[in-house]
Amino acid sequence: MIDNLGRYILGFISIFLVQVLILNNLNLGGFINPWLYVLFILILPVEIPNWLLMLIGFTTGLLIDIFLNSIGLHASATVFLAFIRPMLLRSFAPRDGYEKGSLPLPSHFGFSWFFKYAILAVMAHHLFLHIVEVFTFDNIFSTIWKSILSSLATLLTIFIALLFTGSNKQRN
Amino acid sequence: MRNIIRFILRHNLVFLFLLFETVSFSLLISYNHHHNQTFINSSGRFAAGIMKISGTFTEYFSLKTANEELSRENALLRTQLPGNFLVEDSFSFDYSNPDLGVNYIYRPAKVINNTVNKFHNYLTLNKGSKHGIEPGMGVITARGLVGVVRHSSANYSSVMSLLNTQLKVSASLRESNHFGSLEWDGRSPQYVYLHEIPSHAPLTIGDAVVTSGYSSIFPPNILIGIIEDYELNEGEGFYEIKVKLSTDFTNLSYVEVVEVPAKDEVHELEKLTSDD
Repeated sequence: MIDNLGRYILGFISIFLVQVLILNNLNLGGFINPWLYVLFILILPVEIPNWLLMLIGFTTGLLIDIFLNSIGLHASATVFLAFIRPMLLRSFAPRDGYEKGSLPLPSHFGFSWFFKYAILAVMAHHLFLHIVEVFTFDNIFSTIWKSILSSLATLLTIFIALLFTGSNKQRN
Repeated sequence: MRNIIRFILRHNLVFLFLLFETVSFSLLISYNHHHNQTFINSSGRFAAGIMKISGTFTEYFSLKTANEELSRENALLRTQLPGNFLVEDSFSFDYSNPDLGVNYIYRPAKVINNTVNKFHNYLTLNKGSKHGIEPGMGVITARGLVGVVRHSSANYSSVMSLLNTQLKVSASLRESNHFGSLEWDGRSPQYVYLHEIPSHAPLTIGDAVVTSGYSSIFPPNILIGIIEDYELNEGEGFYEIKVKLSTDFTNLSYVEVVEVPAKDEVHELEKLTSDD
């Protein structure tokens, strides 16, 4: 856990910098934005207490908001992600439960497990984010479409990011 | 108290979620102009929406009375129109006879039966001779001409609709006052035909066709419809004009029956000249 802490801080800083310095300036097709920072919430340890998970989610979202001038928007969406993450993990749990100290990563549970987990989490986060962003249920289909496209972009950046760290994690 | 704490601890995820979302949304609404405006507007719209829904229900209950009142008031207002009074051009005005005071008397009535799909279409009104309705009176609505009363019983009357191939109405062009006779061809309930407009009359598609006022059934300038199309019949030198009716005969509900008090007098006078 302690040696994980340093890795998480490093991971958070690098994900955050990539998000703020590169991805925030990327505007594919005018409205598709990859939100790589959700990866940080996804890979937190399985047995993290709920209050810490929520607090990290809120803080991460708020930090992103500060850089985007959208105070509260990403915070609310990331809190939502932190809220559904324990349920997602419970529904994807192995038959005899999670081992102590396991991380929700492809290196621990396999690629297809992570893929399903990441798709659902990212879709939920992005849908929440985009609905809160427009703040209306009018044109809900265009909002859903926007969320799907952004989710694809986010998933793509998540897998690229995991390629960079994958070899490192594999040795665990 | 201990139970409440235990309940909160067991569902700590939900409570944490609600707590953090409340903080997020209060930040969102207080720091972002768009969200702030939307929130304020939609809470106003929400209240207005509820009022509107309850309004649509309560409105229905008063709709019937409202309609009746409107149609009664329409009839009253038409009777009071300045052009309706003889006063200006009559020197020997008999104030004691109320019927002589006006050119036209309007009475409201409700359509209780109506057809549009036959060759000879008739309407039935819920007023009859008891209410002063007699055969030969004109029937109009706020949207235009409807027909002529054919028969009247004590409480009901039967009206020959304009959509009846037997009815001919004297109509004129509002722009130029050229007049002709209007007939239905028995096909579409939206169109009638105006004949006998001379070929030198200026015509434009979209011009209004109104009653001519020559028939002593209808007042002049009651809208009938607008010109949809026309063609010149070369051999006769008259136009054949297709007129789109302004009245929708398929949903008539309230009409007004027009009485021309001076009709008999005019008829007697005209009879004298035709006997000569």
